[in-house]
Amino acid sequence: MKHLCRYCIATLFAVWLGNAHALDATALQNLAMGDNDARITAIETLVAAGDVAALPVLQALQDGALQATPTGRLLIVTEAGVTDAVTNQPLAHAPEDASRITINNRVRRALEAALAAFKLFSSDSAKRLEAAQQLAEGDPVLLPLVKKALASERNPTVHNALELAHSGMELKSDDPQQRLAAVQTLGNSAQEATKNRLLVLLEKDGAGQFAEPDAKVRAAAEKAIAAIEQRLKVAEYAGHVFTGISLGSILLLAALGLAIVYGLMGVINMAHGELLMIGAYATYVVQNLFKTYLPQHLDLYLIAAVPVAFGVAALVGMALERGVIRHLYGRPLETLLATWGISLILIQLMRTMFGAQNVEVANPSWMTGGVTVLGSLVLPYNRIVIIVFAMLVLCLVWLALTHTRLGLHVRAVTQNRSMADCMGIPTGRTDMLAFGLGAGVAGLGGCAMSQIGNVGPELGQGYIVDSFMVVVLGGVGQIAGTVYAALGLGVMNKFLEPYWGAVLAKIMLLVFIILFIQKRPQGLFAAKGRTVEG
Amino acid sequence: MMIERLSQLYGAKGWLAIAIFLALVCVLMPVLYLAVPEDSPFHVSAWLITLLGKIMCYALLALAMDLVWGYAGILSLGHGLFFALGGYALGMYLMRMIGRESESGSDLPDFMVFLDWKELPWYWAGTDQFWYCALLIVLAPGLLALVFGYFAFRSRIKGVYFSIITQALTFAAMLLFFRNDTGFGGNNGFTDFKRILGFSLADPATKATLFIASGVALILALLLCRYIVTSKLGRVLTAIRDTESRVRFCGYNPLPYKLFAWTLSAMLCGIAGALYVPQVGIINPSEMSPANSIEIAIWTAVGGRGTLVGPIIGAALVNGAKSWFTVAFPEYWLYFLGLLFILVTLFLPQGMMGLAQRLRSKRNTHES
Repeated sequence: MKHLCRYCIATLFAVWLGNAHALDATALQNLAMGDNDARITAIETLVAAGDVAALPVLQALQDGALQATPTGRLLIVTEAGVTDAVTNQPLAHAPEDASRITINNRVRRALEAALAAFKLFSSDSAKRLEAAQQLAEGDPVLLPLVKKALASERNPTVHNALELAHSGMELKSDDPQQRLAAVQTLGNSAQEATKNRLLVLLEKDGAGQFAEPDAKVRAAAEKAIAAIEQRLKVAEYAGHVFTGISLGSILLLAALGLAIVYGLMGVINMAHGELLMIGAYATYVVQNLFKTYLPQHLDLYLIAAVPVAFGVAALVGMALERGVIRHLYGRPLETLLATWGISLILIQLMRTMFGAQNVEVANPSWMTGGVTVLGSLVLPYNRIVIIVFAMLVLCLVWLALTHTRLGLHVRAVTQNRSMADCMGIPTGRTDMLAFGLGAGVAGLGGCAMSQIGNVGPELGQGYIVDSFMVVVLGGVGQIAGTVYAALGLGVMNKFLEPYWGAVLAKIMLLVFIILFIQKRPQGLFAAKGRTVEG
Repeated sequence: MMIERLSQLYGAKGWLAIAIFLALVCVLMPVLYLAVPEDSPFHVSAWLITLLGKIMCYALLALAMDLVWGYAGILSLGHGLFFALGGYALGMYLMRMIGRESESGSDLPDFMVFLDWKELPWYWAGTDQFWYCALLIVLAPGLLALVFGYFAFRSRIKGVYFSIITQALTFAAMLLFFRNDTGFGGNNGFTDFKRILGFSLADPATKATLFIASGVALILALLLCRYIVTSKLGRVLTAIRDTESRVRFCGYNPLPYKLFAWTLSAMLCGIAGALYVPQVGIINPSEMSPANSIEIAIWTAVGGRGTLVGPIIGAALVNGAKSWFTVAFPEYWLYFLGLLFILVTLFLPQGMMGLAQRLRSKRNTHES
């Protein structure tokens, strides 16, 4: 069945181009009767003619479905039936004297290159792009085909790739003028491979001769290489900034709730990382429910998981506040230990419920893949979605803190708890709800993390130290501090990593933070005046 | 004068308890282990000696924690780092003493051979001398604590802020030691030790000696800490714990006091680590994991902060429970430990010692 489809599509192409019967007769004859050398020449002739009608014949040859009679008649024989390769007419049965054409590896290689070239005319732009990229190192024989494809290509990405392939082939031309033009076109690329392609030109062989004899072309090549390097560098920096912001937005999601709770109650919640983990597991559970009950809407599971993750984490958070943390007010160090105990229990609970192994959370299909910018930089969709998501959450939290009654209460209690109490603000209820909000944001963070990393019982442990550092650096009482600290640490981390490695970069950041709080012990944005403890 | 001051550290009952403890550790246990034949019901196995030796090292660690947390109000979540540094310092010596008996048969430690290193890195220089490593055991953690503490206390970082920064410190150090290039054996750390000061580590007599050394070190450290906390210095430390700003208003600068207690505590941790490593036979970066450090705090809390003896009891109880639990119900150990954290902080803020005190005063009021 699969075969049949392939031939149908290939045939459709042939019909679409409207010259189904114009294949080179001698080439076909050679393909049917000739020896291997003749077959290779025949394939090259067919490719050079650039006629898509040859595609089904060549595909059949590769699949071993092509048969020939001693008279040179070519037939495509599949399970679905027999067709005449030249006239495309279906036949009732194959002539008895037809036999399969066998090919050797040399022919097979030529055949593969030819088929790749023909893919340039596929209706799927991704396939065309792949074919064009494959041809960048291709044989000049395929040049006419590439030219033809170039003329009809509308998709800009594929067009670019085709141009590169085209000039890559022309580099092998004998005409220096043509090579010069090719080098100049290649200079527009932003890819490592193109640079390497050009570097070959500047190499000397054993006799001290340059690979490229023309000095003009060499000078142009040098210029082109410099231009490509420049572009690569820009792409690299942009990449660092992007991954840094991506890491920063994860840190932001992890630290935002922590900072709110610390500012409000002066306690560090060591179980905060486990609230992230709960959010991630909630996403996992929602995914599995969708798999079981709504498999046709599986792609939408993430949208349903967001409120679930928030709700579950917020409930757990409020339960913790009511059950444990409330009883420890005024004893922040003990709170720290008690919440650590909670985190141990939650981790072990997850191990008991879901097993110690990581569970699989798949990206919905609309989050897989990425967009290519600046030539070589791929920005994965899942990271882009998470950055946008983090900004969205940030806006919502900001709105909640500045435009709701709860937010007003939270700010009042953060500034001065006893005074707020005197003014009739229900501090206990405020604490609980704010803790729930912080925990819920952590749950959202966990939901986001499930899309880019492993989901396992230790998920939260990996982020906890980093998110504490964000709180220390950013200070408490203002969201802005957390935002700047998270993004700053994320970007700095990614810029330091290539030079010092991930571990030393972390250590450098820690040293930086310790030195930084020498200058500003309260962090970037300290709440002014009232929170100085006695 | 000095003798008099020393004798006042504990009352008659206290000294008696210390004497009994020393007699147990220095005489009874080694004799039961070395001299009593193995089939006798009174024989103490090598496993038990190692376990008890290990627990005494942990107790020393808890004691060091109590000095800073119980008396100076500094909760460190990075004491495991100092412990591991002491362990690594002695481990370097032990690695050098393996000599050519290692698997690779080279002068270099095995892991360096696997990394294709041709010579020892500079910071390994002199580690074949025991006295140098013995110095390193206290100096490495001490210096790190001094520098880190100076910067932290100077900018008046305290409370939970200080705690989480110490946690970050030990976390960063763990990552550093996990790297192979750091030169401390990476993931695997140091192991396969053969001998210390010429004595084979597999020899029961060496094991007994290390066991006795741990016990003696624990008692000496207890007396030292007791000496400090009953001195004027100790009074200032306690005052800093209770209200640091008031101490400052009275004209004291808290920095040197805190720094002293903090650095001394780190050195005690280093000694504990150095005694721990030859008994357990391995040291690797997981000793620096934040979870290990925070466990030290719970030993101290279980026993009772600010009592010195309490944390020793707490370390013994929790670790005894751990070695029983992890064999009997391995999957429930973390539930138990987590509950311990919560229940002790909620219901036993003064730990076992506080509980004992309360029971005693209750009995006294009943009697009178």
